[in-house]
Amino acid sequence: MSSSNEVAVQAVDLVRHYRMGGSVIRAADGVSLEIQRGEFVALLGASGSGKSTLLNLIAGLDRPSGGSILVLGRDLAKMNSEELARYRRETVGMIFQSFNLIPSMTLEENVELPLRFAEVDRKERANRVTEALGRVDLIKRLGHRPPELSGGEQQRVAIARALVNRPALLLADEPTGNLDSRTGNEIMGLLRELNRSMGTTVIMVTHERALADQYASRSVHLADGRVVEEVRA
Amino acid sequence: MKSYDLLELATRNLRESKLRNGLTTLGIAVGVASLVAMLSLGVGLQQLANSRLAKSGIFDTVYVTSPREWNDDDQDKKQPQSNRIVDEAAKAEIAKLPNVLEVAPEIRVMTDIRYKEKSYPAFLGALPNSAKNGDAFENMQGTFFSSSTAKEAILQKDFAKTLEPNPNDMIGKEVVLRYAERHAGEAGATSQPDDQYSFSVVRREQPLKVVGIIDQEPFGGMRMISRARIFLPTEMADSLNMVQFSDVRSAASSDSGKSGKTYSMLVVRVSSAGKVEQVQEAIKKTGLRTYSIMDATKSLRRFFAIFDMFLGIFGSLALAVASLAIVNTLVMAVLERRREIGVMKALGAGDGDVKKLFFAEAGAMGVVGGALGVGMGWLIGRAINLGTTIYLKRQNLPPENVWLVPWWLIGGAIAFAVVMSLIAALYPASRAAKLDPIQALRYE
Repeated sequence: MSSSNEVAVQAVDLVRHYRMGGSVIRAADGVSLEIQRGEFVALLGASGSGKSTLLNLIAGLDRPSGGSILVLGRDLAKMNSEELARYRRETVGMIFQSFNLIPSMTLEENVELPLRFAEVDRKERANRVTEALGRVDLIKRLGHRPPELSGGEQQRVAIARALVNRPALLLADEPTGNLDSRTGNEIMGLLRELNRSMGTTVIMVTHERALADQYASRSVHLADGRVVEEVRA
Repeated sequence: MKSYDLLELATRNLRESKLRNGLTTLGIAVGVASLVAMLSLGVGLQQLANSRLAKSGIFDTVYVTSPREWNDDDQDKKQPQSNRIVDEAAKAEIAKLPNVLEVAPEIRVMTDIRYKEKSYPAFLGALPNSAKNGDAFENMQGTFFSSSTAKEAILQKDFAKTLEPNPNDMIGKEVVLRYAERHAGEAGATSQPDDQYSFSVVRREQPLKVVGIIDQEPFGGMRMISRARIFLPTEMADSLNMVQFSDVRSAASSDSGKSGKTYSMLVVRVSSAGKVEQVQEAIKKTGLRTYSIMDATKSLRRFFAIFDMFLGIFGSLALAVASLAIVNTLVMAVLERRREIGVMKALGAGDGDVKKLFFAEAGAMGVVGGALGVGMGWLIGRAINLGTTIYLKRQNLPPENVWLVPWWLIGGAIAFAVVMSLIAALYPASRAAKLDPIQALRYE
């Protein structure tokens, strides 16, 4: 079992089919993939290649139609919805293309939100929020609301929110998609920095091969719901 | 999620769309107000009826007669079949029973009243001391009898009018009561001198000072047969030994085998309405016949129970409409906050957390709306009370509270509002909980 400690994600013949009207969409059609702890993996592919589906399956937001997916040795397919919610708040941090911050909440409240679900003590929360916002260098703006911030700043808040529960996995869905290239590079740099300093496993969906090549330790190419190519940096 | 976090998130969500949630809460408040208004009107009216009836002495009074008097036409098998007559011994016995406050003989005789050299026929009634608490004396002019043996009289207003144009002028004046006295055992009055029960009749006169004028006769035993026009203190009237109906009947039938004073009826005042049945049973055991109005009031209570129920149903209708508004508001909120719900789920909120959040929002609207509604209902009640008071004043009637908000109604109405809100949240909450986070996050 010593090797399983090193494996963060293990997908074996993972299948996810959607029914849309009469036809079946094979979003994931037999994906087998192993991601080690501490890796920075980029999932690449055209839209409809199944990369986002794979990320959602790893995130526990979706359930496979077949095959298995183990995260840190635990089979997500066997969890019920409450167990999956618990898994998401304890093991996973997520960031999105459109940041998905709650506009009516201050930065502090946005970052605090996962701690509420995790039932962390109030005193402890303030510390963790400060720590997380410090990591993304936004500690001075914690009373602001997301619309007052630039896109890059908003994405940094989202990263702080994803980190606040100290997850083993950081999942990013096109994190630079809504940012200009300079800001996008900043965000990628921040993700790589967190990956290296905290040892957090980062799995990122992107369609920009250049970013993947520059920052990821490994690029996994998908097409039609299958892994077609793996490139180590 | 911990409950204080739940409450905090719920209230912040409610504040997010102030207008919509405010209007929904107002809807609940109006529903609760109408429920409170309807029910407290019912409760108030019932209370009013009860207190009026209680003051009239209907509820705490038992009438005692001899079974001989009414045997033939009464079908009530529960009443004792005996020959016992209502006499001094019976009166003393009943007075000793527990929960009996007062036993007074019912005295009602035809008399002749002389005033300013003119004669007026009038029924005379006797009033025990306890009668002065009755509602008939609330608007009395003058005073009640100074004592139960005072040679004083209270006149009924219409009768006083026939004596003086202004009835209140009669107070302090003297009238002369002319009546037939029963003179027990006087020889020569009957053809059978050895019959102990026979008596002779002697005409007597008794001057009386008028002390008070009342509008109507207080509730009493023989009131339905003949309305008394002049009232004397019971003890005083009793001491006059006036010839009564029962005397005539007793004299005609010689089967009594007993001499002495008898009464046609005793009026027994019981300590509380709840004890009436118990006292009635005890009196029946002595072989006397009893009657009280308690049986009649059972149907009155049933009427009020049904009346309250209908008022409650009408009141609840408004709350039902309000709960539809909650459903609508929350369904809208689910649609509007799809993305937020998706984010919360992605951040680790369970289906249960999402569901609880919506229940907390509905519950908060229920509490606030309920409290607001109780306040509004109370104000409506005050307004109705004010209205009826002004109306009654115009009719020259004393003010009445037709409105009463009991404590149980305040608590109950708020609890009902919360429960209705939670029921209304069932569908929106489960819809929010079932929301697929991937769909919700994809939604732009």
